[in-house]
Amino acid sequence: MSRAPLGYRLSLAWLALVAFAALAAPWLPIADPLRQSLPDMLAAPGAGRWFGADSLGRDVFARTVHGFRVTLAVSFGSVLLALVFGGALGIVAGYFRGWVERTIMTAVNVLLAFPPLVLVIAMVAYPGNALLKVIVALGIVFVPSVTRIARAGTLRLAALDFVTAARAAGMGHARMLWRELLPNLVPSLLAFGLLMLAVAALAEAGLSFLGLGVPPPTPTIGSMMAGEQSRALDAPHAVFLPALALFLTIFALNLVGEELRRRVDGRGGQA
Amino acid sequence: MSGRLLRAFAGFAGTLFAVSVVSFLLIALLPGDLALLILADSATPERVAALRAELGLDRPLPIRYLMWLGNVLQGDFGRGIHSGEPTLQVILSRLPVTIELIVLTQILALVLSIPGGIWSAYRRGSALDHGTLVASIALLSVPPFVLALAMIYFFALQLQWLPATGFVSLSESVVENLESIAMPVAALALVEVPVYLRMLRSEMVTTLQQNFVALARGMGLPTWRILFVNAFKPSSLGLITVVGINMGRLMGGAIIVETMFALPGVGQLLVESIYQQEYQVTQGIVLFVAFAFILINLATDVVYVLVDPRLARDGEA
Repeated sequence: MSRAPLGYRLSLAWLALVAFAALAAPWLPIADPLRQSLPDMLAAPGAGRWFGADSLGRDVFARTVHGFRVTLAVSFGSVLLALVFGGALGIVAGYFRGWVERTIMTAVNVLLAFPPLVLVIAMVAYPGNALLKVIVALGIVFVPSVTRIARAGTLRLAALDFVTAARAAGMGHARMLWRELLPNLVPSLLAFGLLMLAVAALAEAGLSFLGLGVPPPTPTIGSMMAGEQSRALDAPHAVFLPALALFLTIFALNLVGEELRRRVDGRGGQA
Repeated sequence: MSGRLLRAFAGFAGTLFAVSVVSFLLIALLPGDLALLILADSATPERVAALRAELGLDRPLPIRYLMWLGNVLQGDFGRGIHSGEPTLQVILSRLPVTIELIVLTQILALVLSIPGGIWSAYRRGSALDHGTLVASIALLSVPPFVLALAMIYFFALQLQWLPATGFVSLSESVVENLESIAMPVAALALVEVPVYLRMLRSEMVTTLQQNFVALARGMGLPTWRILFVNAFKPSSLGLITVVGINMGRLMGGAIIVETMFALPGVGQLLVESIYQQEYQVTQGIVLFVAFAFILINLATDVVYVLVDPRLARDGEA
């Protein structure tokens, strides 16, 4: 239990590196992600230009690092939204039971009836700030699963002695939810949140690839790949190196999320 | 009729109603005037007002919902603003491609994951079991469009085995149809395999510890028969659920893959409708797909009872 597998530690290191690079991107000594330079068109990777250049001569490495800013904002934003709203709904449903639970769970099940990406695409049609829209739309489709997990956890906790004891001691509802139930649910919700970060990053890349995410000139991993895919034969680096960086990041998130979930659950192996 | 199925049907009706309200509001609440959009350059205040009245846009929302629902129930999903084609027919004409894509994907994913899941449960803890876990997490981390791009790069551009994009319908040529849909299917299926494989493995591990498996082994039944017949059936309930639920995920994957490979399916139509602001088409697809999705969930419940008749009596999964 206590020994951390090598893959887990490597994943944490990679995630820390990616997060730092993305957050600090404007101040890092890397090229300007928007500067075009025709002589460098589709230049191959080399010293000083690790990922080469794209069809407009822009530095692919700098664009990848800046693209991760969008990935980061969307994943954290949408997962945070889902954890706050889904968590609150789930705890309230599991604690109060009765018509409150029925109402919340019916609403959640209706949301689950829509294929997630279909709903997200329909919501992205609304006018407004693209980054905000993607965050809110993904947050909304994540709410049902968080609600279910929080509710199931609350049902399990509510049957335990310490809750009965707190109730017998005259603890009020608000205090009970906030001080007794919520702290006990946080570990499992956070472990699930990590896995959701990975799903959110994948979804953001897909939306950007379809041209429904954050619009140009802001670089995103998905739009970079969509823009360069027609020249993949001449310059595979411009398409596949950003994809590789995205893959490694999501892989690391999944490995860390899987490990944390195993620790929280205290049992392994379940898909 | 068992309690479980009855409740499933009651829930089905309720969900359908709620889904129709959400689909309606999703598009009805969009800012912007549909009448203005349709008339475009020829818009004068009088003509806009007349068209708004004709479309019922000047009425309160609940009335508009009922009018819309009435039309939908009669099969009228509205018409495209630019094309003027009836939305339902456009969706239906795109449907076969998406269905072929999803069905072939599910078949390929199951063909790959069932033996893999059974084998890693049988040899659990082995290097092979550990290897499939890492490979599963890796596959789960690849966006389907990256997998698709990699396939296009290797199989279409480098090796030139398969066409990069384009679609040949089944009625034109079966072989060319399969060639045109092979990469999209593989890209979608490979992402589903880890989900199915891990699900089956974890249930299989539990089943293999039960007495009847030891009994079957004691009776001298061959290992492959115990694994693939005796132990597989009771272990397949979770897999059935996930296959049902995954239809929705696959629909999402189909949107991306159809757009990439220029497959004329419902997913591509959805993306086009957003680009072209054909919001009635968007609405129609949202409603249609959600409806199909609910039907599939209902069918999953029915299959459940068929596989395990005890569920009909217990009423609990």
